[in-house]
Amino acid sequence: MAIVETERRQEEELTPERLLHDDPKGAPAKIAVFQYVTVAVFIFLISGFWKLQVQNPDVYSEAAERNRIKSTPVLAARGKILDRDGRIIVDNKASYALLLNRDSISYDHIPAICDALQLDPAELTKKVHRMRSAPQIIIKDQLSRDEIAWIESHQDADTYPEMQLIQSWRRQYPQDGFAAHVTGYVGEIAEAELNSPQFIDYKQGDIIGKDGLEKQYDQVLRGVNGQQRVLVDNMGHERQMEDAQVATPGKDLKTTLDLDIQAVAELSLQNNRGAVVALDPRSGEILAMVSRPTYDLNKFTGRISRADWNEISNNPAKPLLNRAIQAQLAPGSTFKPLMAIAGLESGVVDDKTDFHCPGGASFYGHYFACHLKHGHGDITLHRAISQSCDVYFYNVGNRLGIDRIAHYAEMAGIGHKTGIDLPGETQGTMPSIKWKMRLARQKWYAGETISVAIGQGAVTVSPLQIAAALSGLGEGGLWYKPHMLAGQPTTLVSQGNFKPENLDSVVSGMYGVVNEGGTGRAAYLPNVKVCGKTGTAQVAATERTKGAKMHSSLANNAWFVGYAPMDKPEIAVVALFENGEESYNAVPIVRDVIKAYFDKKSRDKNLSAGNQYAAPSLLYPRALAAAVWNPLARSLF
Amino acid sequence: MHFYRTFRDLDWPLLVVTLALCALGILQIYSATLSTRWADAWWKQILWVGTGVLMMLIVASIDYHTLMGRVFYFYFGTLALLIATALVGNKVFGSTRWIRIAGFTLQTSEFVKIVLILLVARYLTGLKGETLNWKELGKIAAFTGVPMLLVMKEPDLGTSLTYLPILIVGVLMAGLRWKYLLVIAGVLVVTLPIGYYALKPYQKDRLVSFIYPDRDPKGTGFQVIQSRIAVGNGGMWGRGAKESSQTHLGFLPVPHTDFIFSSFAEEHGFVGIVVALVLYLLLIMQVVQNAQTATDRAGLYICMGVAALLLFHVLVNVGMVVGRMPITGIPLPLMSSGGSNTWSVFLMLGLVNSVRLRRFVN
Repeated sequence: MAIVETERRQEEELTPERLLHDDPKGAPAKIAVFQYVTVAVFIFLISGFWKLQVQNPDVYSEAAERNRIKSTPVLAARGKILDRDGRIIVDNKASYALLLNRDSISYDHIPAICDALQLDPAELTKKVHRMRSAPQIIIKDQLSRDEIAWIESHQDADTYPEMQLIQSWRRQYPQDGFAAHVTGYVGEIAEAELNSPQFIDYKQGDIIGKDGLEKQYDQVLRGVNGQQRVLVDNMGHERQMEDAQVATPGKDLKTTLDLDIQAVAELSLQNNRGAVVALDPRSGEILAMVSRPTYDLNKFTGRISRADWNEISNNPAKPLLNRAIQAQLAPGSTFKPLMAIAGLESGVVDDKTDFHCPGGASFYGHYFACHLKHGHGDITLHRAISQSCDVYFYNVGNRLGIDRIAHYAEMAGIGHKTGIDLPGETQGTMPSIKWKMRLARQKWYAGETISVAIGQGAVTVSPLQIAAALSGLGEGGLWYKPHMLAGQPTTLVSQGNFKPENLDSVVSGMYGVVNEGGTGRAAYLPNVKVCGKTGTAQVAATERTKGAKMHSSLANNAWFVGYAPMDKPEIAVVALFENGEESYNAVPIVRDVIKAYFDKKSRDKNLSAGNQYAAPSLLYPRALAAAVWNPLARSLF
Repeated sequence: MHFYRTFRDLDWPLLVVTLALCALGILQIYSATLSTRWADAWWKQILWVGTGVLMMLIVASIDYHTLMGRVFYFYFGTLALLIATALVGNKVFGSTRWIRIAGFTLQTSEFVKIVLILLVARYLTGLKGETLNWKELGKIAAFTGVPMLLVMKEPDLGTSLTYLPILIVGVLMAGLRWKYLLVIAGVLVVTLPIGYYALKPYQKDRLVSFIYPDRDPKGTGFQVIQSRIAVGNGGMWGRGAKESSQTHLGFLPVPHTDFIFSSFAEEHGFVGIVVALVLYLLLIMQVVQNAQTATDRAGLYICMGVAALLLFHVLVNVGMVVGRMPITGIPLPLMSSGGSNTWSVFLMLGLVNSVRLRRFVN
């Protein structure tokens, strides 16, 4: 208690010195220093506010906005893909997708999330890292009921707050790869695509058409995503809706495909490797297009797993290839009608010119065999086409020379892209002297022409090309651009200006193929005049010219191109049966498709006549009454 | 030696500035806690301010020499309270700072401040020399250090640090040799790194996140970043009362107590904070003015102690809000919601008025 004593002493001895010592006026300098320090502190503080509030307030107001506004994409449904009658080929189904919000993402959560949703953690980590610029990353589509339940119970602020469920649209394709190569599929936009100027208005994570019509008409099909902005608090609870931009769904795409024809084409090719194309030669409209092997597109919808993708893309049978427009194969004898018109128009032969076929002939020191070992004997154009005599066309080719062959074949579209509105079409090859010089820096040998004359050698076509080429002859030497989008004006690509009698000769030859016991007699239909041409193309020959191994099997490819009716063709069908050995294996495929077309046409005619239950009507009194009453009523009123 | 005194002599400018700050505080508390579970905080704050003014008048009417004469009873009384708090206090957010007395939940560490101001004034006035010697310095440091350690153990580093400016300003006013200053500075430089290891993990986190707030934006850096965003979001003119998103959507931690100034800055902008800070400057300067006119060194020490404490509070709290000080969790005097702190500030202002009322004694 020394201090207490000090105080007592202080009260007792109030000496002048003591008072002086107690005089507070002795410390003005120190107080002044304190005042300066105080002012300095306030300047220090105010300058801090100045820096935050006045110098760059935008940075912080944006940060505050990011805090409080949670914007969720409202995904737009893609347009449907329809057939020519408006029937749905590709549809959308509402589903749920999981997205991760960038601002609350934690790499630590990824393994647990992946575990629950059967995703690959390494892949997801890479994706999250790659999509740095996206505020949200959709990581899984088509969530199952269990997965949705799991997400809903784990998306709270303490567990995995980055998870958010949104409504999405799942692309629903026909099952079992039906029309897979035509419709194509969608997928997440690739990094390489994003960098190209063509995709300037796409963002990371956008779904984009990857193949087929989905790719070709992506701009039509894809809608505009909307956005929902919600005010959230610090716990992530939604407080109120700020605003919502409605998603604009994509436009439906009406195609020229006919599901009925397509179905028959799919069925008749079965699971054989090859392709079938049906088109309307009057306009170039594609009615059906099939390629085998095919693959289930529903595995591709949205975000395909790497394993599924590898399985399909590494398949040696190349299911992704649309053989209808991407195969480049020797046309074989289907090339002969083009040779015939070339020979007739050039005047090197006429329909009376005959050659002798002993089963083969020698040209330029090489022996070229006919497919018929014992020979066709003396043969003119008509039988040469219908019986597919090789020796006849060796001679025609020899007389024409490669450049005249090329001239007429290219007129029919061989060696050029048809311009169909599908991605990835190949142009095939139509050899010529110039072509060889340019490509191989070599002279053309006349012997090579002999092979080309029967559709072998360097000449390669896609099924669509050869179908368009032959049916254009049936159309009177008019070739229209093939297309898939309904309602497009027809575009005349090329016009032959052939002499009618020359065309008639070739067409009657093709008629003979089917109707006069020719190589395509299996395509005969009782009520329709079917024309066509078979082809049995050697794979080995193709390989030698191309110098690359395309197929595991070296068996011949079977071709058949048919169209009907003879006088005014409405439908042309090509069937390619890879390694089908003999051309007659391809013929029934074409016949079935053509038959389906005319069956449907007569049914439609009956329907439009009001005769809805034509056959069974006698068994059904109401239908019978309708069948009698409807035409009567129409004529009365 | 008995003089008749009237409240006409009270420091009215000081009171006006004080009540203006309290009014800003109450309005801000109202706005910030609207539709939260603290929605009743604003009228409670009115009660604290009202009772605080009464306490101020009572203290002002008592001669500060009388209070200084009994300072040891107060001192040991508060030490006992601190120990009692440690034993039976309420644990909130992992620290034991509050004790229930007669229905009030009091933060005992807040009242230690007043006792320390009186104690330092009392001790320093009793000294004879022109400057302090080591023994005297050690003694006064020990008097301050004991409650500091007790409060630090609660743990409440922030409040315990507020005791230091009382000691430092007192000692400097009393006179300290340059040699002493240099030695103290040297010892601090050596011991601070060691002190860092003695910090609790959460305190280390706070220091780290003060220096690198973006290192862990969802963790301890969260408060630093969110407070800065709130302040910046205010801009020049502010978002307007009740219009601030950072405050009302809960991104700002405790927007009515420690972070009330962030909330204020968000709603009233740069203009608003300049007004508020000028009021604080006036408040402190007015207290210092009372120190200048004090009749004896005891009055001077008391007023300077109060001024130093207020300055420290404003510096640390507002500095924290604006990201220029680490997070220590000490309230902003007069504006932050809370009874103990408001009362302790009014008690200190009572001491200042007590000094003022007796300036013409001799």
